[in-house]
Amino acid sequence: MPSLTLLGQSVVSGLLAGGLYALLALGLSLSWGLLRLVNLSHFALALLGAYLTYQLGHAFHLAPWLAAGLIVPAFFALGVVLHVVFARFRVTEFTSLLVTFGLAVILESLIQWFWTADYRRYETPWASASIRVGPLFVPTLELLACLTAATLAVATWAWLRFTYVGKALRAAAEDPAMAGAFGVNHRAHAFVLSGISAAYAGVAGAFIALISTLAPAQIWAWLGTVFAVVIIGGLGNPVGALLAGFLIGVSESVTMAVAAPAWAPLVSFSILIGLLVLRPERV
Amino acid sequence: MVRGALVALILVTFAATALAAPAGPPIRIGGTLALTGPLAPTALLHKIAGEIYVDELNKGHGLLGRPVEWVLLDDQSKPDLTRSLYEKLITVDKVDLLMGPYATSGILAAMGVAQRYQKVFPHHSFGMPHLAKYEMHFPTAAFGPEPNRTVPTTVFDALAATSNPPKTVAIVTSKFSSAQFQSSGAKEVAEKRGLKVVLYLEYEFGNRDWGALAARVKDANPDFLWIGVLGLDGNQMLEAMKKLDYTPPRHFHLFPAPGPLALAPDAKNALSVTVFEEHPPFMSNAGAAKLVPLFRERATKANVPYPYVETQVAGSWAAWQCLEAAVTATKSLDDKVLAQWLKKNRVDTIIGKLRFDGPNNYGDDLFRVKQVQDGKWVVVWPREFAAPGARLLPP
Repeated sequence: MPSLTLLGQSVVSGLLAGGLYALLALGLSLSWGLLRLVNLSHFALALLGAYLTYQLGHAFHLAPWLAAGLIVPAFFALGVVLHVVFARFRVTEFTSLLVTFGLAVILESLIQWFWTADYRRYETPWASASIRVGPLFVPTLELLACLTAATLAVATWAWLRFTYVGKALRAAAEDPAMAGAFGVNHRAHAFVLSGISAAYAGVAGAFIALISTLAPAQIWAWLGTVFAVVIIGGLGNPVGALLAGFLIGVSESVTMAVAAPAWAPLVSFSILIGLLVLRPERV
Repeated sequence: MVRGALVALILVTFAATALAAPAGPPIRIGGTLALTGPLAPTALLHKIAGEIYVDELNKGHGLLGRPVEWVLLDDQSKPDLTRSLYEKLITVDKVDLLMGPYATSGILAAMGVAQRYQKVFPHHSFGMPHLAKYEMHFPTAAFGPEPNRTVPTTVFDALAATSNPPKTVAIVTSKFSSAQFQSSGAKEVAEKRGLKVVLYLEYEFGNRDWGALAARVKDANPDFLWIGVLGLDGNQMLEAMKKLDYTPPRHFHLFPAPGPLALAPDAKNALSVTVFEEHPPFMSNAGAAKLVPLFRERATKANVPYPYVETQVAGSWAAWQCLEAAVTATKSLDDKVLAQWLKKNRVDTIIGKLRFDGPNNYGDDLFRVKQVQDGKWVVVWPREFAAPGARLLPP
């Protein structure tokens, strides 16, 4: 029987892992739900953001938050440019899978060409820092990533719900023709949303650089779990992505603590399959 | 008179140089490495080692006086792709000889193809000898035929020789085939020696959440932690434990990425196993003095953070040494002739004298225990192989 401390620590660990899943899922969920583009290159962008954070810190001694201050606007612009290309070539929901997969492979090759296949570690004084809460330890960087994910999720939800652009984006995702008839300029709004999605990849990348050791193949490490988070959370639903991240993170972590760790993926994907069987309309 | 002698000397020198340089159609040696994918960071070391070896061959006499070409393909760390690529190397590229890929699963996949076409198959990083049934495979990962017994025995012998040997052990291992195989062996060996195994866990290859695993190890509080790692798992595990304000008194890493672990701030006194490190007595082995500076130069140029020759690089170099020795001795490229020679002869390599006449072509277990000391790996056990002045440091 696991001790209460072990259970509590695994819940904390799961919540924090879930925060990182949510941070990665936010941009993907927005792009899939509201632009109807399944952007597999989102993971490659996040890793590119991580490598850039590492490079700026390692080579130019730029603090990670300053690096993020450069990377996030640059990624916003990159997201806009990407959407210009997608719009120009009329990329659909299905073809976006192929196009963005190719883009991810290209980005992976570029990363490997520049930084080699060897591991890169951005050593910072905060890498192993934790806050002690009774018998439990809360790693500082993971907590910061989790709080950032929560802040971005709630802010994005409010933006989509209460602003004109947000409402227009949701309307266009429901029925583009009808939204257009009401004067919604979906094309312009889509550029903004694509930029925001890419910028979120940059934010996730900055945290990945601080938390993980980097290798080019890491692009694909998050794919399955983050897709599960996006689908469970509901497409285009930022708060849903956050909660789904917590659900998957905690279920995996508690499984690791009380049963065989190798069962962890089984539990999270069982949740996904169960949800798809019971509520297929979520996709 | 003097002028005539000078001309003659120049002519002789020119002729000798022309004779020494390899000529004719190249001997093509085909192989794959995980140039991309999760195994790429370690496979990069094998690539550099192979490139140096081929370059050095071509700077000399080549093989049988012919230049050597290494036809290297990227198997993307995927065994299924590895199998297809070896099929292509043999049937489409029509390579003369084969060199194995990196890591157990890829090697096993390629071995089946080599067997079908009866090609001699040297390889350098296979961890499950009992599965290698092909009579013409030649391993230079010198684990011996039973690494699940011999490797843990060497490690526990080293610990037992210290002033405070561990009484409790936790074993956490990746489900990657060779890591799981040797780690489950470690559990049996530990129990047979009267040690209490307080935790045994297996996790999926590619695991991301280390917090829960770290919490379980902390909860078990062992004297000694055996991590059946592949690549970076050990670093991530140590970091996760540090975040819980816990460091195991002693920790062993089975197949770590050597550089990142040696350089990690949390990896002080980490243990692992090796067949070669850059210090005596290993530096006296065949080819060591040549490889070490060349590898340092190339690896530094390739931006490899830990540009030292250790077990991965040396294993790779030894595989090339075996292939060269067989071709040179037999003056043949016939796979069966080469295989017969390798079965009957010992090869003097950078990791020691290798023999292939034991069960499944495995010879002696040449693995020694090494420890991270001052940011560098040094061998600490057995004592006769320890770096000068080095000993296994206590917690």
